[in-house]
Amino acid sequence: MANPILVLAEQLRGEISDITFEMLGAGRKLADASGAPLYAALLGSEAAPLAAKLGMADKVFVADNPQLNLAPADAVTAALKAVIDQSQAGLVLLGCTNVSLGIGSILAVQTGLPMVNFCRAAKADGSAILLTSQLFGGKILSDVKLADGRGIVCIYPGAFPADAGKSDKTPPVEKLDLPVEAPRVTFKQYLEPETGDVDVTKQNILVGVGRGIQSQDNVELAEDLAQALGGAVCASRPVIDQGWLPLSRQVGKSGMTVKPRVYFALGISGAPEHWEGMQNSQCIIAVNTDPKAPIFDGSHFGVVGDVLELLPVLTDKIKARKG
Amino acid sequence: MNLYVLLKMVPDTVEELNVAADGKSLDSEFLRFKLSEPDDHALEQALILKDKHGGKVTVVALDAPEVDDVLFTALAKGADRAVKIPINQASLGTAASAKVLTEFFAAAGALTPDSLLLPGSQAIDDLEGELAPLLAAALKLPYIGVVCGVKGADGKVTVMKEFAGGLRAEFEVTLPAVLGIQSAEKPPRYVPVAKVRAVMKSAQIEEAALTPPERPIQLDLERMYKPEAAGRAQMIEGATEEIADKLVEVLAKNSVI
Repeated sequence: MANPILVLAEQLRGEISDITFEMLGAGRKLADASGAPLYAALLGSEAAPLAAKLGMADKVFVADNPQLNLAPADAVTAALKAVIDQSQAGLVLLGCTNVSLGIGSILAVQTGLPMVNFCRAAKADGSAILLTSQLFGGKILSDVKLADGRGIVCIYPGAFPADAGKSDKTPPVEKLDLPVEAPRVTFKQYLEPETGDVDVTKQNILVGVGRGIQSQDNVELAEDLAQALGGAVCASRPVIDQGWLPLSRQVGKSGMTVKPRVYFALGISGAPEHWEGMQNSQCIIAVNTDPKAPIFDGSHFGVVGDVLELLPVLTDKIKARKG
Repeated sequence: MNLYVLLKMVPDTVEELNVAADGKSLDSEFLRFKLSEPDDHALEQALILKDKHGGKVTVVALDAPEVDDVLFTALAKGADRAVKIPINQASLGTAASAKVLTEFFAAAGALTPDSLLLPGSQAIDDLEGELAPLLAAALKLPYIGVVCGVKGADGKVTVMKEFAGGLRAEFEVTLPAVLGIQSAEKPPRYVPVAKVRAVMKSAQIEEAALTPPERPIQLDLERMYKPEAAGRAQMIEGATEEIADKLVEVLAKNSVI
């Protein structure tokens, strides 16, 4: 029997994150192909009560320790290493998320296992595992082989279906009493999301702007379009980092996840971090000067062109149409 | 504080990226490099800390095209010392880069009790993992990533980490430590080209001779390729007026106008 596969379950404030189910689904497929069992690790006192939700796993290892809350890298890595030693897991799946960032790299150093980041696809090939990762902001893919099926793999959110990782079964639970050293990084307090004037998660129409909007003054052109459509403006990280729009308007990995009826991606290249936050929009319209921009690969409609030129014309036509 | 900023050059993804004939690397002929964006923020965060609390900012980079310009620009912005490691970064994966930098910091006197190492939180080519946690693990230092703000205090710093949905949290970290910086408190400062030119004439980039790693790439990389446009968008073409008309129709079909 092949080495077990271990998923590090993720939760935030008592709710299992989708990435957990996505990894359990991906892990189940790999486990079934190789005949290996699928385990999950649920670490922290906030996480411990959630074991029953991980029915897709053959066993859930639970460490009910408050020092593991919010996944401090040192402590979580030490706990994971203990689970790996105990379970003989050979393949570890982690989320390519802000919560888990860094854990895989430290675990790789401590276990000597290879680490594969940014993974979007995985399949078993005999005892080997073939992984496809997305690099350079989504412009290049790379295939990596784990010849003996052993390694640490960080999975992109949204790359695998979450439904495949859900099950009504109640998984067996093994409680771990791990010695956890006092973390060298200590949690002080949550800083709640800024409440902006607009809640972008509740909009039917979002006009998303990226680096291609070029300057703060040009954001107004997007505001005009949003106003004509009765929607709101949001942005990818570079625009927020420049201070052109408030943090409450950020869509993507660190920001909001949105599902509007129509999402305009204006001058947004489509880096995976942004894509993660808007991929489930019903209709995505992308405008970009770069015909090779990754945003066109997942959008419904695309325009290769200058947003600054198109925006005023489009806004006028919408106003005329609406009367 | 003894602030170290680790600067890494990455291909500019605004340009077209092509795969080289070996099928396992990027074609370097038309590649344009730029400073990895989180690293630019790490530099800004270090300069902000120096402005507030004093200390010394050292920028460290492996050799790469245009890296001298980036190091001189960092000096012009206010960094005190620039170090280049003459090992070609392009041939190294992140794990090997981390090994080289570990040797740099393991050298006597590099790490002081008030040292703060500031790499960017992540880079677009971090296939083998991120530099910040790899360094922290090798040097046995505390680590936290996705940092978007740092406040100094005695022997400790308070950092802000991003989670999701706009949620952030504050953590306290004892020095010496490694912080993976996602974004600085303010956008990276601008420095006039004339000032960079002046610095180029007056300042020096130090070189640190270190051992090139035995295994430049750790992973068994089978191939690199461009994604197939499987779910390619329906492209709308024509003059601006025509495109706008067609988009109005799309919006009408989606019942939003």
